[in-house]
Amino acid sequence: MDPFFLEALVNGILLGGVFALPALGLNLVFGVVDVVWLCYAELVMVGMYTVWFLYTQAGWPLGLAFAACLPAIAVLGLLLHLIVVRPLLSSPPINQVLATGGVLFFLQGAATLVFSTDFRSLGVDMPPMEVGEVFVSGTKLAAFIAALVGAGILWAFLKFTYVGTAIRAIARDREVMPLMGVDPQKIYLIASAVGGALAGLAACLLVVQLDVHPFVGLSFGPITFMICVMGGLGNMLGGFLAAFLMGLIISVGGFWGTTEFSYVVAFAFFIIVMFLRPKGLFAR
Amino acid sequence: MSAALKPDAGPRLELSGIQAGYGDFQALFGVGLRVEPGEAVGVVGPNGAGKTTLLRVISGLIRPRAGTLRYGDRDLTRVPPHELPGLGIAHVPENRRLFPHLTVEENLKVGAFTKSARAHFEKRRDHVYELFPRMKQRRHQLAGTLSGGEQQMCAIGRALMSGPKILLLDEPSAGLAPLVVQQVFELVKRIRQEGLTVLIVEQNVAQVLRVVDRAYVLETGRVAAEGRSAELAADPAIRRSYLGGH
Repeated sequence: MDPFFLEALVNGILLGGVFALPALGLNLVFGVVDVVWLCYAELVMVGMYTVWFLYTQAGWPLGLAFAACLPAIAVLGLLLHLIVVRPLLSSPPINQVLATGGVLFFLQGAATLVFSTDFRSLGVDMPPMEVGEVFVSGTKLAAFIAALVGAGILWAFLKFTYVGTAIRAIARDREVMPLMGVDPQKIYLIASAVGGALAGLAACLLVVQLDVHPFVGLSFGPITFMICVMGGLGNMLGGFLAAFLMGLIISVGGFWGTTEFSYVVAFAFFIIVMFLRPKGLFAR
Repeated sequence: MSAALKPDAGPRLELSGIQAGYGDFQALFGVGLRVEPGEAVGVVGPNGAGKTTLLRVISGLIRPRAGTLRYGDRDLTRVPPHELPGLGIAHVPENRRLFPHLTVEENLKVGAFTKSARAHFEKRRDHVYELFPRMKQRRHQLAGTLSGGEQQMCAIGRALMSGPKILLLDEPSAGLAPLVVQQVFELVKRIRQEGLTVLIVEQNVAQVLRVVDRAYVLETGRVAAEGRSAELAADPAIRRSYLGGH
């Protein structure tokens, strides 16, 4: 096989791993709280700035900056739920979308105010590795592995803990949960914190690959929403698989054409899927 | 049997003058009812009499507009619904409301969510499997794939996981084939032998009167009659309305 094509395939899978995390976080929050966090990519953006600031400005070791980013964005997720989402839980969905959309512009504006529109780089890179005939970026490979570990931890949490099992249950039937001794409000808080932590982890993996600026969310936010809808909103496994599918389409599309062209292919594919399977590729 | 499995029957549950409804619609007009520790009590009546509303009021899913609701010396109208399992009150809701995409055992796990129940999970699960061996065979099967009777077993098992003192059963026979209805009432008898207090709401008057000690007849939101099961079963008016007799 053409080694460049092979490389495109490998890069597509690596890209999918990074898309998978925000898709999981968004799906988790939507499945449990039944509200779409339109500002999800902007939480990731704040996380990227957090790492950049702690590492390049405050002089923290990179590992420590990463470790601080997760709880910081988890707290941001909590605040988003408490301040914006909870008061609107019984409002029409359009109000919820508008409110979290407002947070999107607020966070972009706040980041511009604090950090200006300059592109900020972490300036760290790992040497590329040669696997067989294929060159793989060490940074991308490390990010991919970290994304898989994060997804694995999330899976184990949802599968084996009481709270995780309750999270999967509440996604189907929230009204009956009090009869199980579950306070839905508490589960919403936990899901919001976990959703935030996933955005924090995604930020760590992206900030080593992309320069951060206030509008960086636009480069992966729309794709994340597309992935979630394609996998079936709220369907964690569907979103996870759709992330890899999209990663492959973008990467292989870029191999045959340009990167811009690959996004055209990805969005066209999305539109076709929406016509053929409006509830998502993996809807049962 | 250990304390985790064999609870006491709890205090008395007592309602009086309960008025409740949804929006402009009033479903209950001053209902009074009492369940003594260890008793099995039925609430029977036609569709739309307010039976389900009554159980929802007890579980705190609907707050009464007037009246008192006491469990022992506790005022239940002031307790958030998710704290009731911790007090020993378990509610098997209408239509069972299992989590169809979770396995049988995961459904039981959700039933053991409260902090105090988690410590007893394995013992109680094994006990549920002992009571309903069918559930043990199906433990890794998705609850949505169970038959109606099995789903009822699973729903009752899930309620038992919180270690209740009183079990509230809402229409356990609804939507089941006649033969399965028989089996479900056998289950209820077995639950009684566990020493639990039971409050059961049913349209199937003939069946429920064979299982409970006493019953209330609810008609359009009011208690129309009450008494011991045998007396009610012999009452000509009730025979005419509910038992198809003369």
